[in-house]
Amino acid sequence: MCAGPEGGHLGGSMSLVEILSVLYFRVMRHDPRFPGLPERDVLLLSKGHGGIALFATLCEAGYFPAEVLDEYARPGSHFMAHPHPEIPGVEIASGSLGHGLALGVGYALANRLDGSDRRSFVVMGDGELQEGSVWEAASVASAHRLNSLTAIVDRNGLQITGGTESVNSLEPLADRWRAFGWRVLEADGHDTEELTRALTLPADPQAPTVIIAHTVKGKGVPFVEGQARSHYARLNGRQHLRALNAVRASTGGERR
Amino acid sequence: MSTAPAPARAAREVYRDTVAELLPGEPRLVVLDSDTGLFGGVDFGSAADRYLNLGIAEHTLMGTAAGLAREGRIPLVNTMAAFASSRAVEAVKIDIAMGNLPVLIAATHSGVSAGHLGPTHHALEDLAVMRALPHMTVVVPGDAAGTGELLRQALTLGGPVYFRLGRGATPDLPAGPPLRLGKAQQLRHGTDVTLAACGPYPTLAALEAADLLECEGITANVLHLHTVKPLDTPALLSSLGVRDTVITVEEHWSSGGFGSAVAEALSAVRPVRVHRMALPDEFVPVAGSQRYLLERGGVSARAIAERARDSLVSRSGGTR
Repeated sequence: MCAGPEGGHLGGSMSLVEILSVLYFRVMRHDPRFPGLPERDVLLLSKGHGGIALFATLCEAGYFPAEVLDEYARPGSHFMAHPHPEIPGVEIASGSLGHGLALGVGYALANRLDGSDRRSFVVMGDGELQEGSVWEAASVASAHRLNSLTAIVDRNGLQITGGTESVNSLEPLADRWRAFGWRVLEADGHDTEELTRALTLPADPQAPTVIIAHTVKGKGVPFVEGQARSHYARLNGRQHLRALNAVRASTGGERR
Repeated sequence: MSTAPAPARAAREVYRDTVAELLPGEPRLVVLDSDTGLFGGVDFGSAADRYLNLGIAEHTLMGTAAGLAREGRIPLVNTMAAFASSRAVEAVKIDIAMGNLPVLIAATHSGVSAGHLGPTHHALEDLAVMRALPHMTVVVPGDAAGTGELLRQALTLGGPVYFRLGRGATPDLPAGPPLRLGKAQQLRHGTDVTLAACGPYPTLAALEAADLLECEGITANVLHLHTVKPLDTPALLSSLGVRDTVITVEEHWSSGGFGSAVAEALSAVRPVRVHRMALPDEFVPVAGSQRYLLERGGVSARAIAERARDSLVSRSGGTR
């Protein structure tokens, strides 16, 4: 999608791939044949600029065939840079930052009212945590002890204009979440085993859980890895091939 | 408005009582509060778990409502109009309106009903903001008496509703045709001018202006439009007859609100002169009651009657 005429959010999508993969292929209860199934667990991609990673994951999970991704950013397509609920499997429109956690609070409250053990996962960018609304929702979630709610912070340390710590520092990030009454777990966001362990731990009965997933922006794309300039990219033909080859090499060449 | 009847009840209290009555029997309803205090002392009985106070957190209030609505609930969110329409508006736009979700935003302290609480608590832009949002239905009950009925109808719409309420007690309007969401109420029949009003005191002022005009032999149609969106354009058009003048009266800044909605709708159909009686384009810098601040801003029976008189003179080619 980043090789198309409009390009895409490459860096923040590549940092998310393992997080979304573990959620959709190991952790969440969901059925691609019935995207609105009442018993499903939900994923809210609050960092909507990771949309193309979500689209690729949903495609891989069987929500729609790969061909439709060719429509990405074409006139008339629902596949825009940011997720939209017209796309099968996408719960909410996101892209404006700082919205997802409050929606997650709503989903978790609905679960509680239904007496359901369904879980709600909200994936946020670390730069997104600079939005005050995130902390407003974090406070409400812990005040109401929403233990079916799990937030995952894609801690890649970069935002458009540079490092998060130089733009508007987030550290001590784990302590901030603890101070807001959350159980805090940390994981290597590219290590699927670590992520699986963190995401399948029994709930803390008293608190929502946040997983700070340490990631690398642009992971797997050598010429932008760890660089703020990967935030939005339009890959030319040569870059596209290099990126694909690097990803294939790192996954043992497997391709569905 | 010396002859206006005495304030009867506060619409927001009728709203509260109606919600308390409806909640136990409709399991999809969930009340989300933001520390407004409106529901203090209300016993929701078996439905107590469906009243949730999220604290002073308006963006989260709207997002949470959207999450609940996506899971099949009908949330009623409670905050002040100023916060619903300014502070939390992006969450209203993206999380609620974009999804066409059945969330009722009960916005109290609208217009200048917050009085001496000052401009931070006045909401004179909310109709402009809310009616600009796709899917949003915008309802302004004209009095406490009609609030319960309009609320019941609004909750059946299946989409987002901005339900605009004041703070204190206001007089009840005289009885009119049955309240139907989206339909104007004709409260007075006349042939010379149409006064289209929205909100409690504007509608009372329009009625009183009609009385003043009648003393001079001018008869006025008075339409009460409690639904700003969708606007009952057919009723406006038929009230105009062959005339080409309508005077709108509202508790809002002059730009973007009810009068603008009327002007937009009518100008698409007929060349009509729309005179907007609304608060001037300035923050209200003084204390005062709702009625005082409106009259100070030119939303008064006398000013409406004067405007009507002028419009008739100018239309007949006279000069001032």
